[in-house]
Amino acid sequence: MITAERKPMEELTEYVKNHDRILLVGCNECVTVCAAGGRKEVALLASALQMDAMQKGKTLDITEITLERQCDPEYIEELTPHIDQVDAVMSMACGCGVQEIARRFKNTPVFPAVNTKFMGASERQGVWAERCQGCGSCLLGLTGGICPIARCAKRLLNGPCGGSSNGKCEINPDLDCAWQLIWDRLKALGMEKQYEEIIPAKNWVSGRGGGPRKIIREDLAE
Amino acid sequence: MENFEPVIVAFCCHYCAYTAADMAGSKRLSYPPNVKIVRVPCSGKVDAIHIMKAFEKGADGVYVAGCLEGDCHFKNGNMKVSRRVNYIKKLLDEIGINGDRLEMVMMSAGMGDYFAKKATEITDKIRSLGPNPTKTVLGFAQK
Repeated sequence: MITAERKPMEELTEYVKNHDRILLVGCNECVTVCAAGGRKEVALLASALQMDAMQKGKTLDITEITLERQCDPEYIEELTPHIDQVDAVMSMACGCGVQEIARRFKNTPVFPAVNTKFMGASERQGVWAERCQGCGSCLLGLTGGICPIARCAKRLLNGPCGGSSNGKCEINPDLDCAWQLIWDRLKALGMEKQYEEIIPAKNWVSGRGGGPRKIIREDLAE
Repeated sequence: MENFEPVIVAFCCHYCAYTAADMAGSKRLSYPPNVKIVRVPCSGKVDAIHIMKAFEKGADGVYVAGCLEGDCHFKNGNMKVSRRVNYIKKLLDEIGINGDRLEMVMMSAGMGDYFAKKATEITDKIRSLGPNPTKTVLGFAQK
């Protein structure tokens, strides 16, 4: 999922300081799962913004809506009946959602309520960790299902480096060395030979090196 | 402010604190009438939004009273809500409402004396903290 964290309240109240009618929009997908911008978080933020405003001598008219997805125009359309009744939109979705709202509604300012972080997985309840950097040419088949791009601090294609000690990374003693994990896994699978193969330099054009990316499925695209 | 009487909402678990409050009553122990009890099936049922709404609607203090550690009727609702209370304390601090206005307490059903003592302590603490700042400007809760 795409993970996110709510921005500090100070930043959020600054965004809306000149607006009284706010449409606060959550998203039912990734940010709901990582407890950053689902229906519950929308309600909490609405209450927090309201209490902040009350201390400044005003009340806000906050409309709370949580869309099924904010990254699809079909769902963004559900905001149309509300948009004329508000001064600003605050989105609790990832950056994709914020931008989709901004694209659809030209005359209403849209503010992000969360900092979008990374593509990750739940390590356990309440803990999310980075697992993928969307490099566009997946190496997981060579590395025992553990990604050195997302999980090695240096994104080494042939590791580990000298900073790996006792299975941990030198940048943080709590962080597993990705290449230690890869070696352990390949060994457990009896695929040590795979480790000996040198992975050639990666072509980053498929990643951000090639500029903003787009996928076009010609059978689906209209 | 001399006559400030705080409004305190106490979310009390049916299996412990609510029964403890009942026991305090049976023992003729007095505790401040400022404390308004909301009975919940488990302290873990108290969501972050319930706490926030209590403050938004004018409560000066809120506390969640659950079972002693290891004694939750539903295994660990009390421990879950303890973490939630800490999370909301930080949010309250962020928006300028002192997180000390919110507290988690734990007791068993037999601790009627402790219930009355805690209710008094918390009421005194909130009285010293003064009114919820959201209502000092607009006077919401006075309505």
